Amino acid sequence: MEPDVLVVDDSAAIRKILQRVLRQTGMAIRTIHEAGDGQEALEILRVHQPALVLTDINMPKMDGLQFLAAVKGSEKWRDIPVVMITTEGGEAKVGEAVKLGAAGYVRKPFTADQIKEKLAGILEPALPL
Amino acid sequence: MNLHDLSVECIRRAGANVFSTMLGVEIRQGEVSVENGSPDANDGVMSLIGLAGTWNGAGSITCTPSLACRICAHMLMTESTAVNEEVLDAVAELTNMIIGSVKTDLEEHLGPLGLSIPTVVFGRNFKTRTSGNSEWIVVRLHWDDECLVVKLCLARRERLPHAAIHTAPHTCTLDV
Repeated sequence: MEPDVLVVDDSAAIRKILQRVLRQTGMAIRTIHEAGDGQEALEILRVHQPALVLTDINMPKMDGLQFLAAVKGSEKWRDIPVVMITTEGGEAKVGEAVKLGAAGYVRKPFTADQIKEKLAGILEPALPL
Repeated sequence: MNLHDLSVECIRRAGANVFSTMLGVEIRQGEVSVENGSPDANDGVMSLIGLAGTWNGAGSITCTPSLACRICAHMLMTESTAVNEEVLDAVAELTNMIIGSVKTDLEEHLGPLGLSIPTVVFGRNFKTRTSGNSEWIVVRLHWDDECLVVKLCLARRERLPHAAIHTAPHTCTLDV
């Protein structure tokens, strides 16, 4: 069965762009779930088991680093690769995300090729491109 | 390079990069000015984002409703003939990316800075003001015959023992 992907960003514009980019990569994806913040994303994870999570850092309610910590702290979810996609390009935030277990990092603005390249290194063969 | 010139260079680079990457558009660099005191009234779409750290301030982007719709159309590949939630969201994200890139570049010189979530205002004849008589660097970016105005204001935070870091208060009056 084709896997699901979860996109987490408080911007509906970015969620829409990532939906389009993910479909353009040619990855075999069944459903792309969307969440507007970390709390909403955790609710989705309780119901679905995506093969990949793409998340922003700077979000209301629960930010991307808190969400990442919750995912990596859970036995059920810790193996799901989480890729950070954010404007927060400073070394401190990147370092914190890597320390918490982020699988990768893409800085906004991004191109479709940058996303595809990043995901290829992380997902093969779970989500063949 | 002083902070003014550095900020202008960062804004120009970030603007060109965001438009080229996310919209597939090459923009022209426009004039630069400095705004002190009470700014003129605004019409159209304005998106504001706060910066906080050892330096406090804010960044903003202002454009006409038609340019906001055009930005949205290129970014999301959907047509919008009037300013709606999707258009406001696209302008907010554009602000997040431009001011966020400027913030990351400036952090090398000013130390860590926090970035707030953008707030977007759409209306006519509204004024904005940042507390503390701050000076705004104003950079114009041109897309064909339309102009996107990017503003940045930063002031060194006074060192107060045990003081919490707050983003500069920003007020907005709306007179419709």
